[in-house]
Amino acid sequence: MTKQLQQLDRVVIRFAGDSGDGMQLTGDRFTSETAQFGNDLSTLPNFPAEIRAPAGTLPGVSSFQVHFASFDILTPGDAPDVLVAMNPAALKANLGDLPPGAEIIVNTDEFSKRALQKVGYAVSPLEDASLAGYSVHPVPLTSLTVRALEGHTISKKDAERAKNMFALGLLSWLYHRPSESTLAFLERKFASRPELVAANIAAFKAGWAFGETTEDFTVQYEVKPAPMPKGDYRNITGNVALAYGLVAAGVRSELPVFLGAYPITPASDILHELSKHKKFGVTTVQAEDEIAAIGLALGASYGGAIGVTTTSGPGVALKGETISLAVALELPLVVVDVQRAGPSTGMPTKTEQADLNMALFGRHGEAPVAVIAPQSPADCFMAALEAVQIAITYRTPVLLLSDGYLANGSEPWLLPDVEALPDLRVSFATAPNTPDGRFLPYQRDPETLARPWAVPGTPGLEHRIGGIEKADGTGDISYDPDNHHHMVVTRQAKIDGIPVPDVAVDDPTGNARVLVLGWGSTYGPIGAACRALRKRGLDVASAHLRNLAPLPANLGDVLAAYDTVIVPEMNMGQLAHVLRARYLVDVVGYNKVRGLPFTSHELEAEVERVLNDQH
Amino acid sequence: MTSTELPLRLTAKDFKSDQEVRWCPGCGDYAILAAMQGFLPELGIACENTVFVSGIGCSSRFPYYLSTYGLHSIHGRAPAIATGLSVSRPDLSVWVVTGDGDALSIGGNHLIHALRRNVNLKILLFNNRIYGLTKGQYSPTSELGKVTKSTPAGSADWPFNPISLALGAEASFVARTIDSDRKHLTSVLRAAAEHRGSAFVEIYQNCNIFNDGAFDILKEPETRDAALIRLEHGQPLIFGDKCVVKDPRGFGLRVVPTDTVAASEIIQHDETVTEPAYAFALSRLPEADLSHTPIGVFRNVTRPVYDDMVRDQITAAQTAGPGDLAALLRTGDTWTLS
Ligand SMILES: Cc1ncc(C[n+]2csc(CCOP(=O)(O)OP(=O)(O)O)c2C)c(N)n1
Ligand code: SF4
Ligand SMILES: [Mg+2]
Repeated sequence: MTKQLQQLDRVVIRFAGDSGDGMQLTGDRFTSETAQFGNDLSTLPNFPAEIRAPAGTLPGVSSFQVHFASFDILTPGDAPDVLVAMNPAALKANLGDLPPGAEIIVNTDEFSKRALQKVGYAVSPLEDASLAGYSVHPVPLTSLTVRALEGHTISKKDAERAKNMFALGLLSWLYHRPSESTLAFLERKFASRPELVAANIAAFKAGWAFGETTEDFTVQYEVKPAPMPKGDYRNITGNVALAYGLVAAGVRSELPVFLGAYPITPASDILHELSKHKKFGVTTVQAEDEIAAIGLALGASYGGAIGVTTTSGPGVALKGETISLAVALELPLVVVDVQRAGPSTGMPTKTEQADLNMALFGRHGEAPVAVIAPQSPADCFMAALEAVQIAITYRTPVLLLSDGYLANGSEPWLLPDVEALPDLRVSFATAPNTPDGRFLPYQRDPETLARPWAVPGTPGLEHRIGGIEKADGTGDISYDPDNHHHMVVTRQAKIDGIPVPDVAVDDPTGNARVLVLGWGSTYGPIGAACRALRKRGLDVASAHLRNLAPLPANLGDVLAAYDTVIVPEMNMGQLAHVLRARYLVDVVGYNKVRGLPFTSHELEAEVERVLNDQH
Repeated sequence: MTSTELPLRLTAKDFKSDQEVRWCPGCGDYAILAAMQGFLPELGIACENTVFVSGIGCSSRFPYYLSTYGLHSIHGRAPAIATGLSVSRPDLSVWVVTGDGDALSIGGNHLIHALRRNVNLKILLFNNRIYGLTKGQYSPTSELGKVTKSTPAGSADWPFNPISLALGAEASFVARTIDSDRKHLTSVLRAAAEHRGSAFVEIYQNCNIFNDGAFDILKEPETRDAALIRLEHGQPLIFGDKCVVKDPRGFGLRVVPTDTVAASEIIQHDETVTEPAYAFALSRLPEADLSHTPIGVFRNVTRPVYDDMVRDQITAAQTAGPGDLAALLRTGDTWTLS
């Protein structure tokens, strides 16, 4: 039958099913096809906190959202245009997020009485009027898959399992996606079991053919490729980008990378990823606890490596004393905090930005460190390189604040030219540094205020350092009151003197009176909201902070230039607090902690509200 | 440490730093420092290749007084920091100096994990059975009922036996010595230095300010011979007029008058027994008053060393040449926009 072809400029699809239904994989493959096609895209996986919640229950629902478009996009999308629901739980858990008119593809085979009861449906929503406002496509995905695989020598269970590939085939047809990468992927994934390669490919093709033939789908959609800079791309999540950034920092500094880590969601994948890259001289140690993890990293830094520890908020809390030690020792150290919803265990798989206070202030004594926050998944790569650069140049701990959204979200990444990455080489002290041939471990570089990095094994530079206050210069223990004051001031001045780029303001008309200022992963939704407002003819400026300590030198002037500054944060106003204290500017917070990224719509509405208040 | 260079001719003076030593006069730490400064030259390791890492406590001031590299860190964490250093720098001889509170209370976790991993560290635990630096609270090795500022009615804590603990943590080298016996102290340090892997040495150290005389029974000429069991590899366990035999009532060892047993029943010390039960049984011999305390090397066995295994994995991964960063970044599906 001939199908209508409709052009769209953007689509948001959410694949949802039971943890065991392979929705992350399905989403991943659809994303890859979409990337190959040349759309811009952004993804947001949403995992259950439980590893294996009981099948068919609401806590067991796992989903993957992908937003793709013919223009450059900034977020994984506020609300799905299409929901693929593999069972009643997936339908129920996601229905509330759907705008009226959204398309729902449901696997009717799973809507048994028992399955419905499990999630509290007395009557099947497919049979009453509850889905009347949506465009529903009931598809018996499981049985169609099993039928398509008749004749394949695989178990019934394996045949049923392939239903996610049937769904992927159907969606790939529906959105005109190229299928080569998925077919190649299946060959690779099941290489050791050829019968599964054949079955999964057959299921995928059956799904595609079903779309072509069934009368239920009368329209096929096309989303044209987005104009993006030329070059080679891949799709990347924040955690992988961060790990690659650390590997790259090792290569560009010609120093070994040493990771001490203790497993914690959502940071563990950085440990997993780095553990694979021993070829690059990366050492990873899974320590006995968070405190040991940072201790190991600091010991390695003392010995001349790039010491790194990766964790989430609860881990940073445990590492505080050692971060202060590193401040006093003035040794390089990179502490990665992949923030999650707290306090305490909170919601480990959900995102939040509530560790900013801890990063800036969460230590005993005056213990300033540099703090940097990436703004998108791919940006984690450069943020990691920058963190290492600051750490080894200034011999200081650097806190890198990622979060659960950046960690697991993904976007296309224009592969950088490796040779053009910053040169991170620094030199160790090799000779005495006084005219009379002595070595003073705290004699500072007048430019950076950094002390020499004198690693054990260097003859003639033997010295003793520790957490006790040291006399500047000699590094000898000192309880001299004036020296302590001087050292506190100097350690702060060292951090304040780290050059960070000015914050750039996006104010296309130059007429805006309202500035929206964010930091970290809110970059996407803030950007999308401001674009939408500008499209409607409203004037609004936006700016984003990457360096939170030290802050950009022009920030005070930027804040002063606007009548109102709105600061959206996934916390209760931690940056806002800093800005008020530091610049005496009465910024307006927009604060929500729902464990989810902001939607661009809510920010658009909030900014509009403020704009209206202006008049 | 293997070296093809000419042996270094260093003296104790070469290992003294310019810092003024600040322990209380009469503290046992002085004797340990002197023994260490006297012993380090014989190792033939250059000052610059030796690192002392310590935690916090009187004992942990140790690194300041040596002319090697030294890192005085934070309370309890020295084994973790030293592990990071040792794993990343095989060329260094790394020593940890810690106290009974530092190692067994706040840092207990790091100690047992360093030992079980068999990191190439020499860990010296100065056990004075008290918190010295914080002015005299009881410690995890203080005897039950210990009256201190924080336990005016006597402590209710059952003490750790550090040797038993180290053995339980699967330490490959475990020894005990005493601050005042320079010769014995030096011989134990020597054996520890020669061991590859974690070497755990408990050093009984007198805190003459807050726990004076804690080890007098092992030091006074009138009592020591009947109280001290000197462990010597291959030698029968005979001391004073007593000896050590198997305990017929259980799995352990016990002390009996030598003239009540046949010579063949007396245990011959063997520090290389793989099964830790023997060394553990030895560690249980002391009575509450420290009579029947073995000193010397309890256990000295060979076990894969953590540092080596971690580095071997890296070397193996690099046999086909170093990593290619550009290739790494394009792992998986890529596409080109032209
Ligand atoms: C995090 C932390 N908690 C507490 C202290 C206080 N403190 C310093 S040393 C010490 C106990 C030291 O006892 P021990 O390890 O036996 O060493 P000694 O002084 O007896 O040699 C304590 C509790 C500290 N420095 N850091
Ligand atoms: S308090 Fe005790 S352990 Fe500390 S220095 Fe004085 S005597 Fe030595
Ligand atoms: Mg003590």
